[in-house]
Amino acid sequence: MKASLFVTCVVDQFYPEVGESAVRVLRRLGVEVDFQEEQTCCGQPAFNSGFRSDAKPLAKRFLDTFESSESIVIPSGSCAAMVRVFYEELFHDEPDLAAKARNVAAKTFELTEFIVDALGITRLPESSGPPRRTRVTYHEGCHLRRELGVMTQPRALLEAAPGVELAPMRQADVCCGFGGAFAVKYPDISGGMLADKLRHVAETGADAVTACDSTCLMQIAGGMEKSGMTTRAVHVAQLLDEAMG
Amino acid sequence: MKPKTGDFNRAAASALADADVQRNMRGLYDGFHMARERAAEATPNWEDLRDRARAVKAHTIEYLDHYLGMAAENVERAGGKVFFAKDADEASRYILDLAAARGVKTVIKSKSMLSEEMGLNARLEEAGVEPVETDLGEYLIQLRGETPYHIVAPALHLSKEQVADLLQEEIGGPRYERAEDLTAAAREQLRGKFFEADMGITGANFLVAETGTLVLVTNEGNGRMCTSMPKVHVAIMGMEKVVPSMEDMGMFLRLLIRSATGQRLSSYVTLVNGVRRDDDVDGPEEFHLVVVDNGRSKMLADPALREALYCLRCGACLNACPVYRKVGGHSYGWVYSGPIGAVVSPMLTSLPDAKDLPYASSLCGACREVCPVRIDIPRMLLHMRSDLAEGGPHSGSPRASLAERLTMKAWRLAVARPWMLRLANRLARLAQRPLVKDGRLRKLPPPLSAWTRHRTFPAVASRPFRDRWRSELRKSRRDG
Repeated sequence: MKASLFVTCVVDQFYPEVGESAVRVLRRLGVEVDFQEEQTCCGQPAFNSGFRSDAKPLAKRFLDTFESSESIVIPSGSCAAMVRVFYEELFHDEPDLAAKARNVAAKTFELTEFIVDALGITRLPESSGPPRRTRVTYHEGCHLRRELGVMTQPRALLEAAPGVELAPMRQADVCCGFGGAFAVKYPDISGGMLADKLRHVAETGADAVTACDSTCLMQIAGGMEKSGMTTRAVHVAQLLDEAMG
Repeated sequence: MKPKTGDFNRAAASALADADVQRNMRGLYDGFHMARERAAEATPNWEDLRDRARAVKAHTIEYLDHYLGMAAENVERAGGKVFFAKDADEASRYILDLAAARGVKTVIKSKSMLSEEMGLNARLEEAGVEPVETDLGEYLIQLRGETPYHIVAPALHLSKEQVADLLQEEIGGPRYERAEDLTAAAREQLRGKFFEADMGITGANFLVAETGTLVLVTNEGNGRMCTSMPKVHVAIMGMEKVVPSMEDMGMFLRLLIRSATGQRLSSYVTLVNGVRRDDDVDGPEEFHLVVVDNGRSKMLADPALREALYCLRCGACLNACPVYRKVGGHSYGWVYSGPIGAVVSPMLTSLPDAKDLPYASSLCGACREVCPVRIDIPRMLLHMRSDLAEGGPHSGSPRASLAERLTMKAWRLAVARPWMLRLANRLARLAQRPLVKDGRLRKLPPPLSAWTRHRTFPAVASRPFRDRWRSELRKSRRDG
């Protein structure tokens, strides 16, 4: 199976190690990974702020870049939702582009969704290194859950990952307060939501908090550092990479 | 009621800083929200019910004129009068004229969001008529001169202690501590008013078109007394509240009540058909139905916002909303708050004046997840944002500030081409150099300084993923 990785602008610029983990994980599962260097951003920041004419050229670029890919894999529920759900709306009055968007949407997956649903994998290869044990709690990204309907896949993979013990978090499906431009426009409301999330993370006593979106983790990690928590924030791709490495 | 929707930022800041508000709001998730979760879980075919209810609402709104016509005909057949008001003022004037003609001095009222929207109490008072709210929460906020904090729990923001102080101040006597005693004190006050009043005003949860039946859902029985004790009963209703048939009511009541409070049934569900008949033991001599548009046709006319008219006013989206749970109801600056308020308030007042409301959401979608008729609130907020940012039917010209437009252009430039992204990366690394310590930025200059009040920020990576791909990953293939 072939997959083109859309690494997302946030991973590219802030968390390249998440992209590296995604590549290693997919390759270990037998996927032939490519990276189209023409890719930049899916356009979500502009779309969500209401600047649809600024989002359009980026969406077009995405569609052109990935039109001929066999499948497109994204280590972010939010960016995957932009492509899968919102491109069609963005181009609702341009039938040709809307059709193109539908075609690309049909082969676009969030990373854990791709592994479980498209590859049919729920058992992971054993690690070659010494066994490690990590207690992990999982934060559910909003777009992942509510736009893509991906709820069981990340948990299934985390449960299957050697050495990973999943600690359930209260209100795991409540927004961390990031919301893209929301956190910039309303930093204090966002901060209040973050404080609740941090309390729920802390209650689990987990060594690490994980999610399928680097943006949620940017918010959560930033809040944990500010409030002196030592819990690690790691992307699911990194945990799977560690568990299988 | 004069909107203060432009005041969102200041009001939200003061709610965030208010420890009482934050404490009172904290119980909302474990209270109402979880009660709804459990009720939904325990109801067979809950998801199918939601689909069916949505379909019925969509159909009714599509043929609204037909169903309103049918409803009016049947209300009149049962001896009622129907008045269609284009706005709040017209609706209020109809009621004031009626009150004057019947020599009404006191009006007892059952909780109605539309009444708040019309500012009806103020209008009655100006005309020398005493309006008395008889729902306990609504009574408390009437005493305080406030708008509802929450669609179904208007006094949600008040603690027991605040209620004790308020009641002692307003009605005198001892300061009661227990909730039961406080309720009894209010009840004592209201009882006399029920006997005294010459007119009862209620809202309408539903109006059944095929029978002309008004349906009221309450927990205190006050609604039923407002419809049966005074000689004149006036029901005010937003024009979207009509449903086709009595057969739909079982479904709608199950959805509304479970979504609102998690109860299987509210304490009272009152069905009213016109005026008192000869063999009735009670009931009004006159029944008036006032059907109000007041800006609803703006939503009806916009296919992207039309589904806001499906709303049952259950308040589930407020309980589910993490933003509402932080900023509280009054921050939204008008009658309707929370996610549905962020759509409805700007539409019924003015979108440009309320331009913060559609942005006051992380677009998390928790509202849609709990909505009994699956209203896609995030999608409507996105639609309104685009209307504001780029201009559209509700905003006219673009309303984005120069700073917002420039930020957008700069960002778009940075991500336009891979080489521009590389350049932006280099510039960002130069700019961040004096601020970075151990790979993190702990204090950002304005306008981003507020961000670092709650969280630190990661430094831009010195080697972005695309560079790593080129130099190592592309070649390494399957060996990991």
